[in-house]
Amino acid sequence: MNNLITRATPYLQATPLLALLGFFLAVPILLLLIVSFWDYDFAGMYPAFVTFNYAETLGSWVTWKTYGNTLKFAAIVWAITAFLGFWVAYFLAFHVRTATMQMVLFLVCTVPFLTSNIIRMISWIPVLGRNGLVNSGLVGAGIIDQPLEWLLYSDFAVILAMVHLYTLFMVTPIFNNMMRIDKSLVEAARDAGAKDWQIIWNVILPLAKPGIAIGTIFVVTLVMADFSTVQVMSGGQSASVALMMRNQMSLLQYPAAAANAVVLLVLVLLMVAGILRIVDIRKEL
Amino acid sequence: MSKAAEIDIASVSKIYGKTIAVDSISIKIPAGSYCCLLGPSGCGKTPTLRMIAGHESVSNGDIVLGKEVVTNLPPAKRGTAMMFQSYALFPHLDLIDNVAFSLKMAGVDKETRRAKALDMLKLMQLDGYANRRPAQLSGGQQQRVALARALITDPEALLLDEPLSALDPFLKIRMRAELKKLHKQLGITFVHVTHSQEEAMALADMVVVMSDGRIEQAASPREVFERPATAFVARFMGDHNVISGKVVGSAENIVTFDVVGGGTFTASGEPRPVGADVDAAIRTDHVRIGESPNKGFGFTGIVTNLEYRGPSVKLTIEGAGISEFTAIVTDKAFYATPVAVGDAVPLHWDAEDAIILGAP
Repeated sequence: MNNLITRATPYLQATPLLALLGFFLAVPILLLLIVSFWDYDFAGMYPAFVTFNYAETLGSWVTWKTYGNTLKFAAIVWAITAFLGFWVAYFLAFHVRTATMQMVLFLVCTVPFLTSNIIRMISWIPVLGRNGLVNSGLVGAGIIDQPLEWLLYSDFAVILAMVHLYTLFMVTPIFNNMMRIDKSLVEAARDAGAKDWQIIWNVILPLAKPGIAIGTIFVVTLVMADFSTVQVMSGGQSASVALMMRNQMSLLQYPAAAANAVVLLVLVLLMVAGILRIVDIRKEL
Repeated sequence: MSKAAEIDIASVSKIYGKTIAVDSISIKIPAGSYCCLLGPSGCGKTPTLRMIAGHESVSNGDIVLGKEVVTNLPPAKRGTAMMFQSYALFPHLDLIDNVAFSLKMAGVDKETRRAKALDMLKLMQLDGYANRRPAQLSGGQQQRVALARALITDPEALLLDEPLSALDPFLKIRMRAELKKLHKQLGITFVHVTHSQEEAMALADMVVVMSDGRIEQAASPREVFERPATAFVARFMGDHNVISGKVVGSAENIVTFDVVGGGTFTASGEPRPVGADVDAAIRTDHVRIGESPNKGFGFTGIVTNLEYRGPSVKLTIEGAGISEFTAIVTDKAFYATPVAVGDAVPLHWDAEDAIILGAP
């Protein structure tokens, strides 16, 4: 009896997490997978095993174009957030002297997160619009005659909003990573005659790679799954994979959306696996 | 092999806000010597070393290396190389690239710098590990890599910040010998920061004992040990009893003083005014059991602790006005007239073993 309890204890201890992950992660994905093989028409969906959801998704040039567009957003937003994130984290970790000031400035970086994504996104509209702050400012200053049309409801607006929303996801892991770099390494490099840019290139950047990789995973997965930013900021003129799924769902084409979701999931997982192959992030976890 | 530089530190201070870490110190470290900066933590020895290296700005005063004033030069322009306490090896680079780092920064091409680094690793007997990362090495090996990396710049002075503190006791003694050998081989100036008096005595030609940002004594290890300048040095170097009292009389090179609530003692030293506070040091291993033949060179106290140490026995004695007096007697002498804890025991020493500490 006693022996049985001893043996069961570890399993009992693991049960809450298992239940949580099973219920909120494994079961939904399993359902998604099952539904993606079902049949559907305008009125409902029917249990079956058909593959035309996938055939339709993968065979359509619209899908490929949308994936291309989403990947383009992911690449541009990644490049900008990685650049900004690296320098913000570098400044915080290596140039702010006191720990108190470091924490204060880091908290300042997180302040935008006290409001919701949607609010932060929508607040760009009065800034970028035809008669928005930027345009009226530029026209008023006599720099341009006509308001700039491409500021809002364009790819530029989508990327700007995404950078705004996701830069912190890059800053945090890189900052965390940089704080663990032994400051005496910087001194050792300086002792060896390294200039500031040489220290950054030869010491800090290679050692910050795990942080950059984690930030990359965050940003890429967020951008790949984004539909609200693309919809609001492009004014419906640009497409993303998630937006395509949402449209399918609003037409009650759940199995088609599910197939699309499975394809996206596989693609994102492959991207994450690729990142993990290049950079060993275990040191950071 | 190379040119050693004299290091001249002229009334240098380091002030952090309101804290004075180094208080206007001056020392000349002769070219090619092995100098140990010795002191407890917070005494200012590390800031001093870092100022010589250029990793800490000098608040006041000047540092001259060889013939050049280096006070405001960047670290790499000074002709010094520093070995950091935790070695600060680059974890993402293999040994060759670690050692070749400064050459890479200087723009030396890949073939040349890798060949030179490999030569340096050979000198340190690490060429078999050239492609490993620092984390795959033992502490002693990491230290040798750090040395190789510091020496590849062909410095005039090598600065070592507690180089042995991360090693286990056995390795410490081995690396100590290696450092000494290396110093002899290279002939450059070594400045070594440590808090271990044993390490300093074993290695240094010149020991600089520091306390509270000031230099207490700078001399050869033998002089620091045999003639400690101050009560601080005597206590810090260990193996000395320090007894304090008030002067009652002075003759030429002889000072007689009363311990408050205790006896009268005599020690050699410069004459002092009557009534002045005075400290005297007595070597623990020169104290013997037995009545003193001369007055003023002994007392009788109660044994409070006994420690058997093999070749010697350590007695802790409580006397009138004197607490924690240590006597280390040979096992032979002890077992000739054994005493137990609680016994009263007479102690004495020779006239030349009691010296007055501090300047008059």
